[in-house]
Amino acid sequence: MSAPVEAPLAANPVEAVLRSFRMPHIWCPGCGIGTTVNCFARALEQSKLNLDKVVVVSGIGCSGRVAGYLDLDSFHTTHGRAIPFATGMKIANPKLTVVVYSGDGDLVGIGGNHFIHAARRNLDLKVICINNFTYGMTGGQMGPTTPVSALSSTTPFGCFEPGFNLPHLAESAGAVYVARWTTYHVRQLAHTMGEMLRKNGFSFLEIISPCPTLYGQRNRLGDGLAMMKHFKQQSVLRHGAPTKEVGIELQGPIAVGKFVDIERPSFLDVMNEQLGRTLEAEYAGCVKDHVPD
Amino acid sequence: MPEEAPPEAKKTKKVRGTVVINLARCKGCGFCIAFCPPQVLEFAEDYNPQGYHPPRLTDPDGCTGCDLCGLYCPDFAIYGIMLKNGAPPSAAREKSDES
Amino acid sequence: MKADPIGVLTGTHFFDGDHACCEGALAAGCRFAAGYPITPSTEIVERFAQRAPLVGGMFLQMEDELAASIAIQGAVWAGAKAFTVTSGPGFSLMMEHIGFAAMTETPCVIVNVQRGGPSTGLPTLPGQADMMQARWGSHGDYELIALAPSSPQECFDLTIHAFNLAEQYRVPVLVMMDECVGHMTEKVVIPPASEIEVAPRRYTRLPRGEYVPFHAGPDGVPEMVRAGEGYRIHVTGMTHDEQGFPAPTVEAQQKLVQRLVEKIRRNAEAIVRYEETGVEDAEVVVVAYGITARVARRAVELARQQGVRAGLLRPVVVWPFPENRIAELARRVRAFVVAEMNLGQIALEVERCSAGNAPTVLVPHGGGAVHHPEEILEVILAQARTEEVLR
Repeated sequence: MSAPVEAPLAANPVEAVLRSFRMPHIWCPGCGIGTTVNCFARALEQSKLNLDKVVVVSGIGCSGRVAGYLDLDSFHTTHGRAIPFATGMKIANPKLTVVVYSGDGDLVGIGGNHFIHAARRNLDLKVICINNFTYGMTGGQMGPTTPVSALSSTTPFGCFEPGFNLPHLAESAGAVYVARWTTYHVRQLAHTMGEMLRKNGFSFLEIISPCPTLYGQRNRLGDGLAMMKHFKQQSVLRHGAPTKEVGIELQGPIAVGKFVDIERPSFLDVMNEQLGRTLEAEYAGCVKDHVPD
Repeated sequence: MPEEAPPEAKKTKKVRGTVVINLARCKGCGFCIAFCPPQVLEFAEDYNPQGYHPPRLTDPDGCTGCDLCGLYCPDFAIYGIMLKNGAPPSAAREKSDES
Repeated sequence: MKADPIGVLTGTHFFDGDHACCEGALAAGCRFAAGYPITPSTEIVERFAQRAPLVGGMFLQMEDELAASIAIQGAVWAGAKAFTVTSGPGFSLMMEHIGFAAMTETPCVIVNVQRGGPSTGLPTLPGQADMMQARWGSHGDYELIALAPSSPQECFDLTIHAFNLAEQYRVPVLVMMDECVGHMTEKVVIPPASEIEVAPRRYTRLPRGEYVPFHAGPDGVPEMVRAGEGYRIHVTGMTHDEQGFPAPTVEAQQKLVQRLVEKIRRNAEAIVRYEETGVEDAEVVVVAYGITARVARRAVELARQQGVRAGLLRPVVVWPFPENRIAELARRVRAFVVAEMNLGQIALEVERCSAGNAPTVLVPHGGGAVHHPEEILEVILAQARTEEVLR
């Protein structure tokens, strides 16, 4: 081994976007959440956005901890309610870029109602969903994306309810941008996150991510690395695939790519148009203009 | 915990990059090792303070500085840098020189 | 700071309590409301939806009360003043976010136009049975402020006061109306903006680096910032340190929860507000709030006509409770009579505060209609007589 030297940490491109003083983070060895944060940090770096105006909102669970590790204005809200919190924030100050970063149980289990309504409104939110097929923080229970026959602490004889096909759900509810990658696809993740940061409207990224400690171990999928290799093998690139066809089964193929990228007037566009047209000069504009300094 | 940098790269055309490793942060998942395109990383024999084997660079000449390890690392413990004329960018070199 | 004239509908109006509440919010500078339709509170946000776009605000109809009660908090952290309104079942759904607001010290206002419960109960009829839920409904230890208007005029005045208290103490403030007050139409006078005092948000002047987000000043309240200004703050519902980061330790828990509770308890004397009628010489003091206070006033008058020295104490701020005043009166009155549209909630508080120095007698009502003044009168007279016999 070579002589140890002090780390030139400043040169790591992600450090500028991370709260390095909070490391090491709480995620298990082989957990994919950190990888996605890494990709997100790079996407932010490359976006050239003024990061003072970028906000990250998380819910509860392992993925809910993302907000606390990013050096942005960050909000770790209640279980399932990151999207409605973000909704209030974006409407009160449309100049903010609001990213919702959370997990499958949080966003589409307890928070499922908010998810579909936010997509319907097409408010400009960037929703990143870490899907590890389980409730990790609480010990590996069955969740809204757990595939049929998968084992979990609450389906000890195998799951017997079908999981959500999240891209299909998002598109059906009205999302204008829908993509899925796994944590193996790091460059694609960073690229997609960059596109989402520029997109106006409800954009959704599902990231298939390993939970080796609970989901992987219980279902004999091996450690984090084995799950990553499994993602690599099972992934099928299907840009533009009908989202109806991209459901995931245990050990089955994982369709990845950008499925939806359409234009539809965003919530704020429609609101301003509608109120402006009906109220004409009486319309006093959106909340932000009246937030006192 | 000190960092580990590879031996000073030789000034040859072949050498294009290197990695910087924050040994203390590593949780030994092995992502960087498995997905390194030129396969120039391996687990070190030593343990870090968390009790994991961090990666080490086996072949400094083979690293391209592509930073894919940096993208994969869930613990922000490694990253790759391109070397210009065999030397790392100023920030990295200054720190290395101090050691 | 004075109210922004754009939101103030100065003049003499004939409003019901719901509409007056909406005008109070607008006058206080509230420019964001989120809500979910529920009787009998919906008129507040219907009016807000009508008025807000004209004054630079907006109403967002959410998919449920959980969403509404957290959307307002997102708006607050973006810099707006915000509120939500609800009733009965919706109030139950908001409990988690009342706790989140308490924990994250998010100034916001939640209006509950109380109806009969439990569950769906009596959607169109009054109740006052959410008073203890208002105080204790979210899990964990926390303190908040709750007001109880008893007229449309007070719905206007106290909604402004609620926003001001929320900003001053950085707590959720509840406006505990009831269906009667909400749907009762009376004269409401809205003064000129120059006569309406509005509390500004307590923004820090410290630069990033020096600013410690949850470091409290002498009154126990930290200064605030809003998202998008470069402070890169972290806000979490987890037990956190002064920097705002999760700190799951016994010490951090003790320090934080103690402060959250004490910033109200230590300032309680300044927050408490009540109105007294004929209490100076009273032998029997009736305690009643909201619409019931108006019925109780009649009962007190009738008692006086019959030679019984009765008085009325009406908590305007219900939480924190006027405990010192009750304790003081308990040492000299014969009895407290508590009339409320529930089966005994604030009566428990009066009993606690009187500490055995005077009996507390409840005049319960299951909800759906107000008391009859005679029901309260009977208890007042009985208490006056009982005490005489005992002596």
